[in-house]
Amino acid sequence: MKKLMLATALMALTAGAGLAQTVRMGTEGAYPPYNFINDKGEVDGFERELGDTLCAKAGLTCEWVTTDWDSIIPNLQSGNYDTIIAGMSITEERDKVIDFTQNYIPPAASSYLALTADAKIGEGAVIAAQVGTIQAGYIAESGATLLEFATPDETVAAVKNGEADAVFADKDYLAPIAAESGGALVLLAEEVQLGGGVGMGLRESDTELKEKFNAAIQSMKDDGSLNAMIKKWFGDEAAVF
Amino acid sequence: MFESCADPKSIEGLSWLLCYLTTGKHLDFYWSFVTVLTLLAITAPVALAFGFAGAMAARSHFLPLSLIGKGYTAMVRGVPDIVFFLFFVIALDQGIEWLNHQVQCPDWTEPIRKGLEFRVCPEAKVPLNSAPQSVHKAYGFALAVVTFALVFGAFAANVLYGAMLAVPRAQLETAEAYGMSHRQVFRRILVPQMWVYALPGLSNLWMILIKATPLLFLLGVQDVVYWARELGGAKTSAYEYPHPDWRLWYFLFLLVFYLAFTKLSEKVLNRVSARLSKGQATAAGEALRKAGA
Repeated sequence: MKKLMLATALMALTAGAGLAQTVRMGTEGAYPPYNFINDKGEVDGFERELGDTLCAKAGLTCEWVTTDWDSIIPNLQSGNYDTIIAGMSITEERDKVIDFTQNYIPPAASSYLALTADAKIGEGAVIAAQVGTIQAGYIAESGATLLEFATPDETVAAVKNGEADAVFADKDYLAPIAAESGGALVLLAEEVQLGGGVGMGLRESDTELKEKFNAAIQSMKDDGSLNAMIKKWFGDEAAVF
Repeated sequence: MFESCADPKSIEGLSWLLCYLTTGKHLDFYWSFVTVLTLLAITAPVALAFGFAGAMAARSHFLPLSLIGKGYTAMVRGVPDIVFFLFFVIALDQGIEWLNHQVQCPDWTEPIRKGLEFRVCPEAKVPLNSAPQSVHKAYGFALAVVTFALVFGAFAANVLYGAMLAVPRAQLETAEAYGMSHRQVFRRILVPQMWVYALPGLSNLWMILIKATPLLFLLGVQDVVYWARELGGAKTSAYEYPHPDWRLWYFLFLLVFYLAFTKLSEKVLNRVSARLSKGQATAAGEALRKAGA
């Protein structure tokens, strides 16, 4: 009886292995408009639409998974999902541990958000940034005091309650927050170019999957649909290819 | 959920709030309370079983068994919870996949470990990549239950070990004088009497277990704290229901939930304690006897 049950369990586990490849897409779900969990509780945003389109083009079945930003790379490596599609900038440091597809968002500006336009940044200032982002790395080297938080939302809250002088993040993330704050928060004029654009992260051994996504991204670049999608989510002024 | 909620931008006041509190995301939040309670309901008895086994092993006369029991409690009690939760779950998960890999793909030639990557053949993944998200969630939940049970089982083992030693020796000797075997003494005299000594320690553990449930988030299970943080964060108009930072309200709600739950537990535990003290040769048992007389 036990053997029978074991066999059935094994069959249930192995059934479906021969079906179309399912790719699990890992994202953070807390970085609108890149990716966020909408009010229905589903992953939404630019990267959701892009990811679904890419999967359709590459003929893959895709499943969405959310995870902490902090552990997003280790979880990819240990195989909890197969791709990172979470507004992750392509940097040399990350490229050493994982692989990236070609970028699907061109190198874009990072900027500061503060309570007043004359808030101090640089030497002596306290700047909030999300842990493990290129922005956090930049602040750490700039001489300002870096205040790290686990989620993007907390970095903005730190500025509102006076814990930090400013928050440093992707401009595309901060701009809608500034626009809807009713003047309480302003974007500073200073902008910094960081990283080589945003790409999808994959395990280094997954070269076949990487080529599939590379081809799909290239076709979207060629027919202009990627630019249209960027404009739809980030506004007409957003950098395009 | 309701038809009137179709266009949240056009509604206001109480009906807005009603619609807001019934979004799919909020339903997930409410479900996460069920998740936490289920975890507690499953973990508590399993941890008690682990503890009982650990305590029995520790007081065994057979040396290796006793070493296993003592080693288990010492190891788990000595490692910080958070380290255990981060390390053990990954090790368990990869261990299961590694074993499955050996069974399913014996002629796989590529290395499983490559740098920091852990890669078994696609058929050996547990659960399979193609499995629906609910299966992945259930698997994550099961890993969480095992981890919690193992950690709290070690503490319970020590509590039960102490309680077994606390049962008056005279009781056991009397049983032996009646001709009962070791096993009979253990089952008929020791175990029924030890609970009253174990209860204070076990109730402590239960309270700590309740408060430890937010550690679930570390294990990738979306628990109440995760949702409170996610829902409470400031929302721009990328969301259907934009609002400022409301984390304070969500966390206040959690505070009330945890306080109410621990209060209820305390009441129940007091009752159990009174019941177990009946007829015992302890101060509490004596007090009960006098009150009854």
